[in-house]
Amino acid sequence: MAEERRPAFVVVGKNERKVDGVALVTGKPKFAGDLDLPGTLCVKILHSPHAHARIVEIDASEAEGLPGVACVLTHQNTPLTRYTTAGQGYPEPSPYDARMFDTKVRFVGDRVAAVAAETEEIALEALKKIRVRYEELPAILSVDGALAAGAPIIHDEKDSPGIYDAAKNIAADVDIDVGDVAQGFAESDVIVETVCETQYAQHAPIEPHVVLTNLDEDGRLVIRSSTQVPFHVRRIVARVLDVPLHRIRVIKPRIGGGFGVKQEVLLEDLAALVTLRTGRPALVVLSRQEEFIASRTRHPMRIRVKLGARSDGALHALEMEVLSNTGAYGTHALTVLSNVGSKTLPIYNKAKNVHFFGKAVYTNLPVAGAYRGYGATQGYFALETAMDELADGLGMDPLKLRRRNAIRVGESSPIFEKLGEGREGVAQTVKSCGLERAIELGAARIGWEEKRGKRPRQGSRVRGVGMSIHMQGSGIPQIDMAAATVKMNEDGSFNLLIGATDLGTGSDTILAQIAAEILGVPVSKVIVTSSDTDVTPFDTGAYASSTTYVSGKAVERAALAVREQIVQVAAAMLADDGGNLDEARFVLKNERAVAPNGRGVTLAEICQRAMYQTGQFQIAATASFVPDESPPPFMASFAEVEVDTETGRVQVLEYVAAVDCGVAINPKMAEGQVEGSVANGIGFALTEEMLFSSKGRVRNPTLFDYKILGARDVPPIEVILVPSFEPTGPVGAKSVGEIGINGPIPTIANAIHDAVGIRLTKTPFTPERVLDALRARRPG
Amino acid sequence: MTLHPIRLTVNGKSEEASVPAAMTLLEFLRERLYLTGAKEGCGAGECGACTVLLDGLPVTACLVLAVEGDGREVRTVEGEAKATGLSVLQRAFIEEGAIQCGFCTPGMIMSARGLLERNSNPTDAEIVEAIAGNLCRCTGYEAIVAAIRRAAKEERDRR
Repeated sequence: MAEERRPAFVVVGKNERKVDGVALVTGKPKFAGDLDLPGTLCVKILHSPHAHARIVEIDASEAEGLPGVACVLTHQNTPLTRYTTAGQGYPEPSPYDARMFDTKVRFVGDRVAAVAAETEEIALEALKKIRVRYEELPAILSVDGALAAGAPIIHDEKDSPGIYDAAKNIAADVDIDVGDVAQGFAESDVIVETVCETQYAQHAPIEPHVVLTNLDEDGRLVIRSSTQVPFHVRRIVARVLDVPLHRIRVIKPRIGGGFGVKQEVLLEDLAALVTLRTGRPALVVLSRQEEFIASRTRHPMRIRVKLGARSDGALHALEMEVLSNTGAYGTHALTVLSNVGSKTLPIYNKAKNVHFFGKAVYTNLPVAGAYRGYGATQGYFALETAMDELADGLGMDPLKLRRRNAIRVGESSPIFEKLGEGREGVAQTVKSCGLERAIELGAARIGWEEKRGKRPRQGSRVRGVGMSIHMQGSGIPQIDMAAATVKMNEDGSFNLLIGATDLGTGSDTILAQIAAEILGVPVSKVIVTSSDTDVTPFDTGAYASSTTYVSGKAVERAALAVREQIVQVAAAMLADDGGNLDEARFVLKNERAVAPNGRGVTLAEICQRAMYQTGQFQIAATASFVPDESPPPFMASFAEVEVDTETGRVQVLEYVAAVDCGVAINPKMAEGQVEGSVANGIGFALTEEMLFSSKGRVRNPTLFDYKILGARDVPPIEVILVPSFEPTGPVGAKSVGEIGINGPIPTIANAIHDAVGIRLTKTPFTPERVLDALRARRPG
Repeated sequence: MTLHPIRLTVNGKSEEASVPAAMTLLEFLRERLYLTGAKEGCGAGECGACTVLLDGLPVTACLVLAVEGDGREVRTVEGEAKATGLSVLQRAFIEEGAIQCGFCTPGMIMSARGLLERNSNPTDAEIVEAIAGNLCRCTGYEAIVAAIRRAAKEERDRR
């Protein structure tokens, strides 16, 4: 039925070329670090060598006296305003527990001071000349340590609002109930329980964080930043530095990947203050090592899931308890914690009794933040491996168990309303869902029936298949907001101005496709300008899988409003010729407005008339969109793995992700989103792990020692786009940026179980952990 | 600081400069010649974003000193397009969706170019091997391998 509602598209659904493709393949200076402004100062940061310490004394005089040093920033000469680095809607649901520079350091890598100098060499030399006397404090290096009685208090300051219980090191707390979970378990025939733990992991975008600031000819502060959230950057920097917001312009050039780590205001304040103090341009670029020790990570979590089902396989009770490690600061602590439940539990809406609760605690370890998947990745590990165990317990095929309990079109879940992002959610009914079909197509592609439970062995290597199912969201309902402006030019082209932020995802291209579709022009006639706070309308930014759905809808609305103006002019033009005036029946196609009687005028003629001739006005419109719901994309994920029982090595032989993202506006780009996020997820499942010394220092802060997948390591990834039509979405689309990353951990874990019968509960699934689990299973 | 004179060919154009001994080829290209296609992603030869061709062979320009370029021929992504337009390889990257953020793209293209000059008919395994030192966090590599495969075929067909 959904398919029948799908209109015939001309531009949407086509693999249009990326609008910035030519510039990128020719190496044009599109990135913040490619610009060279005369007299730019180099900014370098002094990081804390201690996990937890007070700064007793700091003497920067020698550094300041070094020739070529322009200024040194410390807590003694910078604003003391408390804020959160989380680039979220205002007011942010994260605690205001950070300062530009504090009198206390809370992890190895925390900011102590910064130097701006003529060259990088001088800046690094000056860092060595800053004398700091620390009073070391006992450090907390685990979540259990944070919650232990008498634990040191990491945020003992009195002026940090928004911390749930600072005295107990609890940054955030969530507890929601549906039905009666104790009663639910009492009434269940089969109960399983599992505890899963995930590791510290880093986004590792190939471009590190880069910020370049300068004063323009009118003395306004211009910030060019590799950010996912230009408008939040403007607001937060204005507040922290006490600069009027209208004196700041934030521009996001091309950025070299984000994945959540650039949803933070990490460096903009430093470069901006240097520029304000010196009047000179300032550039700050994190080194790869700094990316690992001092940017952001995924929240490591320990998650307990308990499931109860009736003997017929009906899920009856579902309990999820989360202990999240937010590190030294609480950025995204509450919202990631909430999402562990809100993006996972509704998929099994048949369970009448649900309890979700948890805490995010502070430790003296690197700061966790937003990371693609945003808690759902961790939640699905526990939920979807528990579902596999439940299938075992019931003696039921895992596919059948999931089909029986998964959410469908026309259904809702009380979780949607009870649990939002850091506050109550919004009730919604699922209006598009290709999950059933995704399971079917994915199972056929991987060969589920032929391979499951067969355990073919070759020497020490055994094969198995596993699967899991997933949902995410499309933006944050009743919080996210996007706006778009469409403006017509007299050659029949259009400017599309969007606050939306293309991280490399291709959003500039797919948003242009939406506008082109509605306006009846090729994509080449839509000139996209995005992410410049002086020029483009507001958008909350690129996070929470919001851009296609939320920004896309704003573009759709603006284009429809412009279309109406075009048709009015066209109708007037054709009326002069005695044509049909029924404006509702006009069609825009092939760069023409065509009346129902078949007569038409070109868009160029229409705009020329509007600009120069009769009833003159600018054909243009701005439209906004605030979603009332967050339609979930769905995915069924399958993998075939080979486990070497002698070495413990796990190899993924093939991976299949069948994804329903509504209408795929650009199928190739949608597939690319899934392929990339699956590849990142496989790294998270098998190799990526930040390791720490006993003093809390990251031991492997390089791409050599922190293993992200290279071309040799990625298995064949088959993406199947399952068609559906989301009636509330722009041209029927939902978002697709995050969902893929949630699949690999539970899918691979379940496939390992199918192969060798062990249940791995700690990521990554390294050879050591696999061998340990194999040995633990074998008596003697 | 002692400066060392160097003379080298960059994208077919001869360049002369005096550089400090510690200046890397990447710094020389980006800061002296304003050829910012090659990127720095790690400064340690681990990510491959700075890959350029030195006498036809791919090198990570962050690990090569500018003085080592003396008397040699350097090619960067800026030299890949012809006067007639994009190269087959560049077009294939666009057509196959091999670019997401585009930060690794200049290095990927130069590794691919180095491969195609040595081997006009590479297998998928040879393509993968050629870009094994170029990290991409966005695509999962499938589209990149497809682009290089396509470019190899189109370049062969043109001969």
